[in-house]
Order: sequence, then C-alpha cells, then structure tokens
Amino acid sequence: MTLDIRPTPLEGASTAPRNAEAPLSLQATDFALFGLPERFALDAAQLDAKWKTLQGAAHPDRFATETAAAQRVAMQWAIRINEAYRRLKDPLARAAYLCTLHGADIEAESNTAMPTAFLMQQMEWRDALSEAGTLEAVDALSGEVVASRNATLKSLRGQIDDAASVDWRAVAGTVRGLMFVDRFMSDIDRRIDALSLQ
Amino acid sequence: MALLQISEPGQAPDPHQRRIAVGIDLGTTHSLVAAVRHGIAECLPDDQGRAILPSAVRYLDDGGRQIGQQALDSQGDDAENTVVSAKRFMGRTLADVAGHERLPYKFVDQPGMVGIRTRDGVKTAVEVSAEILATLRFRAEDTFDDDVFGAVITVPAYFDDAQRQATKDAAQLAGLNVLRLINEPTAAAIAYGLDEGVEGLYAVYDLGGGTFDISLLRLARGVFEVVATGGDSALGGDDYDQRLASALLQRAGLKSLEQLTPRERRRVQTEARRAKEALSDADEVSVSLEVNGEAHELDVDRAEFEAVAADLTATTLRLLKRVLRDAKVAAQDVQGVVMVGGSTRMPGVRHAIATLFGKPPLTNLNPDEVVALGAAIQANALAGNAVAGDLLLLDVTPLSLGLETMGGLVERVIERNSTIPTAKAQDFTTFKDGQTAMAVHVVQGERELVSECRSLARFELRGIPPMVAGAARIRVTFQVDADGLLSVSAKELGSGVEAAIVVKPSYGLTDEQVAGMLKDGFATAESDMVARSLREAQVDAERMILATESALAADGDLLGAGERSAIDALVVRLRATAQDAGEPRAIESAVEALAEGTEGFAAARMNRGIRDALAGRNVNEI
Repeated sequence: MTLDIRPTPLEGASTAPRNAEAPLSLQATDFALFGLPERFALDAAQLDAKWKTLQGAAHPDRFATETAAAQRVAMQWAIRINEAYRRLKDPLARAAYLCTLHGADIEAESNTAMPTAFLMQQMEWRDALSEAGTLEAVDALSGEVVASRNATLKSLRGQIDDAASVDWRAVAGTVRGLMFVDRFMSDIDRRIDALSLQ
Repeated sequence: MALLQISEPGQAPDPHQRRIAVGIDLGTTHSLVAAVRHGIAECLPDDQGRAILPSAVRYLDDGGRQIGQQALDSQGDDAENTVVSAKRFMGRTLADVAGHERLPYKFVDQPGMVGIRTRDGVKTAVEVSAEILATLRFRAEDTFDDDVFGAVITVPAYFDDAQRQATKDAAQLAGLNVLRLINEPTAAAIAYGLDEGVEGLYAVYDLGGGTFDISLLRLARGVFEVVATGGDSALGGDDYDQRLASALLQRAGLKSLEQLTPRERRRVQTEARRAKEALSDADEVSVSLEVNGEAHELDVDRAEFEAVAADLTATTLRLLKRVLRDAKVAAQDVQGVVMVGGSTRMPGVRHAIATLFGKPPLTNLNPDEVVALGAAIQANALAGNAVAGDLLLLDVTPLSLGLETMGGLVERVIERNSTIPTAKAQDFTTFKDGQTAMAVHVVQGERELVSECRSLARFELRGIPPMVAGAARIRVTFQVDADGLLSVSAKELGSGVEAAIVVKPSYGLTDEQVAGMLKDGFATAESDMVARSLREAQVDAERMILATESALAADGDLLGAGERSAIDALVVRLRATAQDAGEPRAIESAVEALAEGTEGFAAARMNRGIRDALAGRNVNEI
C-alpha cells in the first residue's frame, strides 16, 4: 500500500475545501481537516478536542470488525490526522507549514543566509554557553534564550495574523531563525544534563 | 406471544450479534484468557476451575504435547523437552538471551529467532506460544460454545518491533484474529477504569513470578502515553521463595539449598512458596522441610520473612525511583499506583509502595488477572459489543525508529512516543557517482550509534538510474500501524524511474513460513489441516459479508445504482463460493475481490464519518 504522507503541497491548498460542503480528502490542508481557520494563532484546547473527535471517527479501533478495505482507509486517515495534529500543535512547525502553503519554502537545509544582527546574537549566546561553568549560569542563559524565543513567536503572530498583506518570505526568515534557536536550546539542555550529573 | 427483548446496559442490543472477543495475557510464567460476560470482565477457567495456565509446553514422544500444569509437573523429568518462559525468547537471537548457558535446552542459534531442539524437532518461541494461545482459544470456545471472533493480546511496554511481530505471528499460528496488541500496563490501567478517571501520571508496578516491570503512564485527553519503563527481567516471586527456603534451612541447621538433591530442593521451594503465600494473610505459619527423608517442622512469622526478603523489595524500589528520575518526576506527582502480578499480594511490598508514594496502591482487583481483564474490556470494545464511542485508546511507539546513515550513525525517522498509527517519509540521496543500489538498514532505539541500537531489517533498493552523487532522491517511508508494527518502503523519485519494496522486520515470519509451520503439525489444532483452513476461510468470508451488509445498511445511500449492484454481485458471489468451494483459496480470492470492490465505498463512508464527527462537535461548540 502506498500512502501519501508528503507535506501537503501548495496545489492542495488552492483546491482544499474552504467550506463544509466540499468532500474532505487526505489532501486537504491540516487546517481544513481540523475545521480550523488558516492562521497562526490557535486555541490548544480546541485543537486537542478536534483531534480526539477526528480520531474517534477515523481510528482503526473503530473499524476492527469491518472489512479490510475499511480498515485500510481508517489507517490512512488516522495517520493523516496524527500528522496534521503534530504539525499544528507545534508553533514553529505550524508557521513553517503556513509559509509552505503560501509558496515561501523554509529551505532549512539550503538557505542559511541570516541577518547580521541575528548572527551576532547567536555568536554571543554560543560564547556565553562555552563560558558558563555552573548550572546557575547555564540556567540564566537558558532563561534569556527562552524569553527571546517567546518574543519572536509572538512577533510571528503579528507578521501573519495581523498584517494587512503578509510578507511570507519575511515570515520564512523568522521561522529559519527560530530553528537555529531551537538547535541552540538543545545544546543548552545537553549542557544542563552534563552539569547535573557532576 | 412475542417477548420483548431487554438488552443489558452497555451491550449490543441483539445477543445473536454479540461477538466473542477475548483478552489474553500471554505471560512469562503463566497466561490467562478473559472476556466480558454480562457486562463484567472475568477470567475464563478451564474444566477444572483453574483460570491460570502455566506457560509451559512439553513435547512428547508420539508427537503429542502437554500444555500448562501437566507440562510443568513433568518438567523435572524431561527438562529439555519442556519449554517454559518462552516469552524470553520471543523475537530474540541466542546472543540476546542472557544466561542461556544455564538453561536446560539444546539451543539452535538460527538467524531471526533462537530455536530449541526438542524430540519433536526445532521449536521457536513463536510455536511454543502458539500452543499456549491455542489452548486458551479452545478454552474460550468451549466456554461460549461459539467461535472466537477476535483477541486482544498484551505485550510488555518495552517490547520492540521484533517481539511484537513474533507475538502476532504466534496468534496467527494459533488461529486467532488479533484485534489489537496492547501494552500490559495499559491493560492494567484499563481494568481499573483509569481511562475514565482523572488525567495524570500513573505507575504500574508488576512483580510476577520471575520478572519485575515498572511503567509510568501519562493519561491526557484520552491518550495513554508510556512515559518511561524499567525493571529487572530476573527478579520475581521465585527469588522471595528462595530467600525464605534458605533462611529456614539455615535456622533448622540443615544443608543449604544448593547442597540438596534436585528433588529435595523442589519440595523445599514449593513449601517455602506455600508459606510465603500463607503469610500474606496469617501472621505465622508452620512449615515442614523434608531433607534426607526426614521431616523437620518449624514455625515462621511474617516479620522474619520480610526481614530476609527486605533487600529484594528494596531493589524494586530502587528500580522504581530510577524510572521516576528518567521521567523527571517525583513520587508525589504520581496520581495512583496499579499493582500487577501475584507477588504484589505480599503485605511487605504493598507497605513499601504506600510509604514511597504516600498513598495506598490500587489492589482491589486480582493482581494475577488484572492484565487479562483490561485486555478483555478493550477486546469487547473493539469487537463492537460496547456502546460506541466510550473507549478510544491512543497508544504511542515505545522506541524511536530510524535508518543507518554514513559512519554508522542513526537518522531517526519516527521519534519515540509518537501517537500511532503514524507514518513519516524522509528523503535520502546517493553518495557515489553512478550508484545504482542503496542499502537500507532499519534500526530501533534511542542511541546515536547503529551498533547500540537493535537492527530490525535490511534491504536493498536496486535499479536506481546512474546519476552523479547527490542527484537521486530516495524517499524512505516508515509506517507504524495501530499495533505498533512497522513496515518500511523505499522509492527512487529523482527520475521517472521508481522502485519500491516493502519489508517486514527480519524477525517477522512470512505468510509461507506460517503456513509451513501450520502444516508441520500443530497438535492442539484440528488434525485435518485442509478442513481447518477451509473453516477459517469460511469464518473470514462470513465476517466480511456481515461487515459489508451492515455498511450498506448504514451508508448505502452514498452509492449510485451501478456501484450498489456491483457490490451486491460481489457479496452474492462470495456467499456462494463460501458455501460451495471445497478449498480455501477460492474463498480467499472472492474475499479479496470484495475488499477491492468496496475500497471506494469505504473511502466515501469515512468521509461522511469525519464530516459528521466534526459537525457534531461544531454543534456542541455553539
């Protein structure tokens, strides 16, 4: 069996149902599948509730007594629903997905051009991490990075939901920056683990 | 006069449509089968009233077998042909089995899974387990005087893909339709109804005869997540027996346990076990030790027993604390502790747990039965006997799945604790000019190095058109189904040429191998193989016709007249084939034809189901 589990392509976005009457398909956008507005801000409790509702209708456990065909379809849908849930739940993945839907790929692997100010900040942080010798110092740095990350996530909301016309390439740049920050955060976590074992 | 039918609460209205669905706890030392009867889950006893079936199979001279207590009783006389604790060998190679030198078996180190040479040929744990599962299946069929529709079988939370696949193979060999494999601690939690209770962290403390498992579950929004697991595969109630036996021998001034003859040792250990069990209720018991043909009588009280076994209980607490540390939680964060396994009856163990967590553990269900009971509740729900929509278990993958990349490093594709079913694709490329094949090595585990993870499968993708290095695009797709079983496929997308292969993990048996094993004789099953597989094909056809008819009744309006008559024709053909065909193959192909013919209908029904679900939710939200 072949499953279409690619990130939903842009064509999918333009043909995706925007109203409740059109048939839902595995190619519908994550937002259409969950019946949520296509924007960055999202109510986590509502997302969870929709996820449970959808899995309640599609999970293979609901089709354990049914035909093989029904079980195959159920698995495809349950996989698709879990994929969409995972992506919508994580703000960074959600922002990256919105960029892709609007034709601004993140190109995380190939595009590493970042603004100078951002790179300076990264170097400062990396220096601070290599100099931090105590758990307290690393914790302080961690707090600073988390605060900066949260502020950037908040600014994404302004860039996407509140803008009269969204500059998706700029949004993609912000997302790429956050990906750098996340990688740095995992370096910090590793250092905290190492220091707490001593 | 027509009588009105009154259905029991929580049950399908028509008793004739109730399907026999069982839960099976396939354990290391013993196994049980349970089912929901009259709305309550209960273990099914054998004709002598015993619910527990020792997980032991003895292969006899005449090709026959002894299974359960009978096999266990003769173990001393015929150890090399009596396989006990087969679960330890499930999906394992000889090198994986710690301490195999000390076991009385003639091991055969074969690829895939270790074999044991018995007088009836080489047997794997899959075949031994199939005998136990078939015995339990027959017990259920005798109880209900009906075919078993399907079974939920439990596996330890830490079981990897190979072990799960082996368990499913054993069930298939035993002629069981596996509705789902679920984790043992999850089953125990279901038995206690925790899935309906408060969200939070729960610990499952499972001290069996020879194994100790600890699992930490998080229940949130209907998802049971296995947060962390730990334990000791060589610590259990048997060690408590041994401690007490040694202490008593010493106090009586007799030889040590090691100096006794095997027969004396067995008797002393059995007596120690009896005393241990009695001390769960009584403060003091008398024991009789038979050494050198002489009986020595002495008394033992609970305090003495708890003192000699204190370090065993302390070891379980140490392992438990390690699991809490792994999960970065404190004992106070744990909402409840579920006790599983006969050894948790010991007051000393219960007291230690209560002290650590600051609250008494959950003990009101029989700790030997709790896993099977939870499995039965889940089986009943899956078979459609419970009221729709009240139990949905969303399980997660216990270990990460990945691929070997350059330098022996692991590239993770599916992270541990992903909700299943799940699938993920990752693109790879060639690293040499003109490379036309790529080796795909699938591994499972949390470590960075391939050598420290478990190898699940290897296969090669061939026929890649020659290109410069890095130009090919090879998409490898991992898919984990709702049982936690993995399949992997690879496809070259860079050019127009595509090649794809789907692999099962190397421990999984092919359908031909299973058929071969069935043919090789399987004592507990019907003697006539053809009759057996014909009957199974007919049951399958019946199941398929019923499912199709109920789908048509519910959603037939989705079909145009032409589509409807095409499906009707396939049903008619299948029914006729199932009645008239003398061999299973014809029935199977008619089943396949119906499955293919209803694919579009199934998709349309799903669409309606999803839409209705979302619409229902929307109405509630307004």
